[in-house]
Amino acid sequence: MAGWTTCTGTALLLPLDNIDTDQLIPARFMSAPRSQGYGSYLLHDLRRDANGDLLADFPLNQHDGVRILVAGRNFGSGSSREAAVYTLVDAGITAVIAPSFGDIFSSNAVNNGLLPARIGADAAATLYRLLENGPTEISIDLATGRLHCGTTELRFDLQDSWRTKLINGWDDIDLTLQHAEAIRDYAKTRHSTAPWAWPTTAN
Amino acid sequence: MSGALTLLDRLWAMHEILLREDGTSLLWVDRHLVHEGSHHAFAKLKDRGAQVAQPALTFGIVDHYAPTRNRGTEMAPDIARMIKTLTLNAEAHGIRLFDLFDPAQGIVHVVGPEQGLTLPGLLINCGDSHTSTHGALGALAFGIGATEVAHVLATQTIWQKKPAAMRITVEGDLGPGVSAKDIALHWIAKLGVGGAQGHAVEYAGSTIRGLSIEGRMTLCNLSIEGGARFGMVAPDDTTFAYLNGRPFAPKGADWDMACAAWAELRTDPDARFDRDVNIQAADIAPTVTWGTSPEQAVPVDADIPDPATLHSGKASAALAALDYMGLSAGKPIAGTPVDQVFIGSCTNGRIEDLRAACAVLAGRKTKVPGIVSPGSALIKAQAEQEGLDRIFTDAGLEWVASGCSMCVGMNGDLVAPGKRCASSTNRNFQGRQGRGARTHLMSPAMVAAAAVTGQITDVRPLLQGRAA
Repeated sequence: MAGWTTCTGTALLLPLDNIDTDQLIPARFMSAPRSQGYGSYLLHDLRRDANGDLLADFPLNQHDGVRILVAGRNFGSGSSREAAVYTLVDAGITAVIAPSFGDIFSSNAVNNGLLPARIGADAAATLYRLLENGPTEISIDLATGRLHCGTTELRFDLQDSWRTKLINGWDDIDLTLQHAEAIRDYAKTRHSTAPWAWPTTAN
Repeated sequence: MSGALTLLDRLWAMHEILLREDGTSLLWVDRHLVHEGSHHAFAKLKDRGAQVAQPALTFGIVDHYAPTRNRGTEMAPDIARMIKTLTLNAEAHGIRLFDLFDPAQGIVHVVGPEQGLTLPGLLINCGDSHTSTHGALGALAFGIGATEVAHVLATQTIWQKKPAAMRITVEGDLGPGVSAKDIALHWIAKLGVGGAQGHAVEYAGSTIRGLSIEGRMTLCNLSIEGGARFGMVAPDDTTFAYLNGRPFAPKGADWDMACAAWAELRTDPDARFDRDVNIQAADIAPTVTWGTSPEQAVPVDADIPDPATLHSGKASAALAALDYMGLSAGKPIAGTPVDQVFIGSCTNGRIEDLRAACAVLAGRKTKVPGIVSPGSALIKAQAEQEGLDRIFTDAGLEWVASGCSMCVGMNGDLVAPGKRCASSTNRNFQGRQGRGARTHLMSPAMVAAAAVTGQITDVRPLLQGRAA
């Protein structure tokens, strides 16, 4: 996964609360291998009619090249399906800006280089106003935790560890294997002090 | 920090291998449960040429795509491929798999506790948000995404920032016809779906102590619907009695040692929580959702709220939900006609849930069709031994095999567009049970009441004079 520090791109307002992961990708598409690309599944049932044709009045269908979504509260709540993040990433989205996110979605996002940028209620109101007439360019700087929309500057919140991870594009498995000895020591101690924590294998 | 610890503090400290400067802990994973949906993670592992670090601590279960009818006959190609992929991955890595024909097959969050794989004091991960269920036994259990599943497979550890601690205390006796499901829907309606975001919820108080393990599992299961990745209940004698003799639970001297260790897993009386919420059991009525978010719930004897009267931030979502659900504000929720019912899922597919539904259904006929899918094959067998299957089928419901079934519809058990389903499941999201499906969440007893009357109905009068 490649890291990134700044992102400038077209931001689209999707002023809906509770866009859960079932809406981001309906369950029936989740058996597809990732190599096939998940972008066309993004918000599938909101964007398309029963025949699978794009609905002309859905905002995401009216604009190409959207890189940033500005959404309502509780974005990505629900199921832990990482496929929800794949739909966004594969559709070219680099950041979602919202007042709150599902906890598991946020972890999944960061693990795929997608920024879940949390903004306060006032900042959200400002941003909604700036975007209500159509897509607008936004610049995001991970290092400073600030975003710019025209002359307006707003702060966003992000855990420090997630900021570092997004910037460096780190792979957790590589990082963890550097602690192999500590893990081995822990497992040995746990096995001797809590043997009951290992499943009985008699059956 | 004072010396007083929460249950979360104790569980966290037990599993912390190291604490990074940025506040993230590397935690040891005692049990890792995988299912068909874990295919992305196994593919990631294969891409790196990595092996499963601890196959003996990893268990596979066929549940999300499990057919609930005609098992053994040809399956739809997509479903067959998903199950086959899990089977091949389990074989390749030496993982014990509860496959479609295993006598103990079932939903991962039902099978784990039932088999004694879930124990107090364990850290349990699974690539499913309802992993919070296992916290009912005093485990530190949380759902993870595919990248994290791959990480646990490869290292048996997970990086996690310790969440804030929240306690929900429920005191007093629940009224007749009121269950753990109602406690959960009640608190989520009260605090909102983001009410516990960033928190681990410990459930405490006399009402919780009085719940069976099944009830505690229902409650912990639904923690994620209130935003909490973790739900937990301190283990007690009810927990130990539930686990004693389970197939994978400790035996002999290990059992005694385990019970001694588990008895220490509690919150100190003077420990501090970041958030404390108190609820009186007497204030909880049978509760039902009217919208497309679990927080959009009301007591069954209340009216569907007028969006204009809601908190300003919630009005537009409520309007959209009413539109999707085909409901009008201000009308009583009771009396809303339903097209079908579903009883099952990791939330309410356990034996106690089936008994509660049967207490309503016995000797009655249903007005609408529906299916009943027990949480595991063992629960199905037990229910059949108790004659519950006959009560369901005599009433007019279909008795099918175990799996996630109509909760998520991956196996093809779907609600048709525009149809309204009274459901004992966990999510009333738009499209959750099928595109255009309208879901009303409620307890199994309330689902049974809806089946009998063909509409959303207060179960309490239907239980009068019956042993609930």
